Amino acid sequence: MVSVLERDSELRRRAWDAAASVVDPEIPVLTIADLGVLREIVLDGDLVEVKITPTYSGCPAMNMIALEIELALERAGFRHPKVRTVLSPAWTTDWMSEDGRQKLRAYGIAPPQASSSRRALFGGQAVACPQCGSDKTELLSEFGSTSCKALWRCKACREPFDYFKCH
Amino acid sequence: MAVANIQVSETPLVLYALRRADDALILGHRLSEWCGHAPMLEEDMALSNIALDLIGQARELYAFAAKAERRDNDEDKLAYLRDVRQYRNLLLVEQPNGDFAQTLVRQFFYSAFADLCWRAMMSSRYTTLAAIAAKSEKESAYHLRHASEWIIRLGDGTDESHRRAQAAIDHLWAFTGEMFSVDDGERALIQAGIAVDPETLRGRWLQTISDVVSEATLVLPQNNWMQQGGRTGRHSEHLGHLLSELQSMQRTFPGLTW
Repeated sequence: MVSVLERDSELRRRAWDAAASVVDPEIPVLTIADLGVLREIVLDGDLVEVKITPTYSGCPAMNMIALEIELALERAGFRHPKVRTVLSPAWTTDWMSEDGRQKLRAYGIAPPQASSSRRALFGGQAVACPQCGSDKTELLSEFGSTSCKALWRCKACREPFDYFKCH
Repeated sequence: MAVANIQVSETPLVLYALRRADDALILGHRLSEWCGHAPMLEEDMALSNIALDLIGQARELYAFAAKAERRDNDEDKLAYLRDVRQYRNLLLVEQPNGDFAQTLVRQFFYSAFADLCWRAMMSSRYTTLAAIAAKSEKESAYHLRHASEWIIRLGDGTDESHRRAQAAIDHLWAFTGEMFSVDDGERALIQAGIAVDPETLRGRWLQTISDVVSEATLVLPQNNWMQQGGRTGRHSEHLGHLLSELQSMQRTFPGLTW
């Protein structure tokens, strides 16, 4: 006979795996687990609640992600799944997994640097080109195609590229 | 406009959250007016990105205010169903975009203040306010850097950009004093460790402003007479026009959702 504890941990794992399969609609190579957005699974009997942390205050992808999580859990057999947004502790790019960073680079987006550098009012960033690896790069614009990205250019291979800003 | 304004229970805590939320929403809306009109594509994206951050911050604060109020209001009602006199934003943020220099000087004055304010609010005794602040300060650091770089580029650029940047500073300076105003209700929240005392930020704010402005070869006005009113609901005529656009859908089709 399966104990309640074992059953709970099995359910929790299934719920986590289902939620962790959801990808960021803007960067489909990254799952919300890679991003560090997926925080916790809370079980209450058969009811499951997923805690997520928003990336940027105004990021429109968050609504989409919450909806996708509910759908993924329903597909995995959970009824009436809930998604709760927790603000604290605030999300940081330091939570992004190493695996996620590599996937980003392979996708052509330079991964975020350690957040300790972000307070410098001017300069202070050195971002390697995700295409050719050169560190001879320059910032074109601090704000890119989505809230999380800045626009850079490589001076070696002359390709423009996105940089996932540290936060 | 057929839909009635909501009633808001303006306790000191609700007012405190609404004032910050209104600042962010109105400035975010102003920046969104640049979408598709900015002088270059990168700036179009930058200003829209910043607008999105600010509107996101406003949503969190409205949700907090609605909860603190314990009435039937929610973030949408607070944004869409209050009239001009019920808005409590700074006069600074409702000022029209003007030219690009005016938009960036407005952004610079506000961001330099908001960045300090969010960082201080991270130690608020109210965990929700501290959490909203921890999220927002990461964003405001980028906003401040973006605006500072532009002030230097414009001031230390051509004669024309210098002239326009100086004119924008001279015009908007009188709206900066209101950032440091505090009423009795807010004073009590400050003493309780919930709200930030803006007076403690004034020195550092002025330092940042002075450093960047002098690097930009621009000067700050000597006249320190300051305009007030937004925090108590007395606004310039510009806010009414802004709200008529911001609220038109909800006023025309009450309860409309996507």
